[in-house]
Amino acid sequence: MNKKSTLSWKEYVITRLIKASGYSAIIFVGMILYFLLSQGLPALQEVPLSSLIADRWYPIEDYYGILPLLGGSLVVTIGATLIAVPFGLASAIYIAEIAPRWAREILKPIVEILGGLPSVVLGFLGIMVLSPTLQVWLDLPTGLSAFTGSLLLGGIAIPTIVSVAEDALDAVPRSYREAALALGATHWQTIWTVTLPAARSGVLTAIMLGIARAIGETMTVMMVTGNAPVMPNGPGALFAPVRTMTATIAAEMGEVASGSTHYHVLFFIGIVLFLISLAVNVTASAVIFRQVKRTEKLLS
Amino acid sequence: MPNKNDSVKENKVVLENVNLSYSDGTESLKNVSMPFVANSTNVVFGPAGSGKSSLLRLFNRLNDLADVTLLEGQVLLDGENILDPNTDVIALRRKVGMVFARPVVLPMSIRKNLTYGLELAGEKNKTVLNESVERSLNQAALWDEVKDRLDDPAIALSGGQQQRLCLARSLANEPEIVLLDEPTSGLDPISTNKIEESLQILKKDYTIILVPHSVHQAARTADYSAFFLQGKLIEYSAGKTIYTNPQDERTRDYVEGRFG
Repeated sequence: MNKKSTLSWKEYVITRLIKASGYSAIIFVGMILYFLLSQGLPALQEVPLSSLIADRWYPIEDYYGILPLLGGSLVVTIGATLIAVPFGLASAIYIAEIAPRWAREILKPIVEILGGLPSVVLGFLGIMVLSPTLQVWLDLPTGLSAFTGSLLLGGIAIPTIVSVAEDALDAVPRSYREAALALGATHWQTIWTVTLPAARSGVLTAIMLGIARAIGETMTVMMVTGNAPVMPNGPGALFAPVRTMTATIAAEMGEVASGSTHYHVLFFIGIVLFLISLAVNVTASAVIFRQVKRTEKLLS
Repeated sequence: MPNKNDSVKENKVVLENVNLSYSDGTESLKNVSMPFVANSTNVVFGPAGSGKSSLLRLFNRLNDLADVTLLEGQVLLDGENILDPNTDVIALRRKVGMVFARPVVLPMSIRKNLTYGLELAGEKNKTVLNESVERSLNQAALWDEVKDRLDDPAIALSGGQQQRLCLARSLANEPEIVLLDEPTSGLDPISTNKIEESLQILKKDYTIILVPHSVHQAARTADYSAFFLQGKLIEYSAGKTIYTNPQDERTRDYVEGRFG
């Protein structure tokens, strides 16, 4: 009797602790959102919306058009995604499905170490090695461009994508592969028609996490994209300097007067970033949840 | 002898002195030589670890995926040694269908599950594919239950239906041999019965090689039986005599349930 009551007491504490940490995630996000809104929304009163959605960012003369920054972020992120998704998925498939066991045991930890590299180190490599090389190879006026940023961001997103996607592929039961092979599928057909579709939700999560990592990355892009808040227009913009939203906040927040219009606009940019990553996450989970619900409905 | 037309049936597959072992030393085959007769149910039974699954996986070379350290001897399918490294494994697997112990439906619709093998082989003609879906489902006694929902996800079927779908799927490839590795081990008696009934009909056109999940099932279904113990073929016989009057002491003990 006594023993049982201590057990249930322990259980009470443990479940409460788990519950509290679960709720804390929601509370923290809520608090961050509140802070962002309280600091960022005044910008809407101080600067007319038409001036915010404009293509000139020059805060010293009160030009607060955030479109060039938004455009810069988009160009760099899309570039990074185009690089990271194919390479990331291909590496994940190689590691999970094709590589011999010894290669897998070496590759997986290496990828995870790559994922843990501080982005400032990559940015440094970008400035010292990648951008001079690209400047010479592509004959550009400067190597500090959206393209350099995309390459590095792609490199940052790849380990995330590889690691999560490989786990998802690895979790596909061996029996699926055997069933496909027994029906006369080749190794590649098995991967493409059975293993990948079976791991779809995990692979999608991997891609979304990779993109989220690329959008939110600050240090590297600040170091290698040239930091020119120019409106990207046309495909040529990929090889011109840009400035992303994250880099703008990081570069300017230190030297801005607290409570000034500029300060509020920087937080407003933060709100926009928040909304973008929210949209990415909601889209991703909507896709995944729709699948789950459909299966659940059919199974019940 | 229960089979009057034994003399006209030929051996579809013949094993000659097959030795097999895995790198970790578990479940292996020791000098196995035996025939598998065409258009019959060939039953391979024995306790766990006797090498039945390893034997079955020889026929479609699924053992290639495992850590096989030693593989000797010959497996002659229509006179050709399929263990030969030059064997076209993909073509072989189309010729030799397999149903696993647990139903493995692929994550796609019922129809797609059935057309998967043919589509991989390059078949695009809708009429051919649809005919194959209906034929194979009928052969597996599943057509009536699923004909109105062929485009539903296959995972929504019950366990027994899933296993019959797996049987239908391997039949859709129009194989010559059907391997069944304890196909009813997870099923209820009614589903088990349906699969056994299907097998009775299927053996007219196919060579059935069955690892049953119990001695009773072996006795019910077998035309030819082989009793295995620790990788060795202990006793082989046509008909049901092995269950009523086993020649070997060990077979007798197993059949009568003294170990298992």
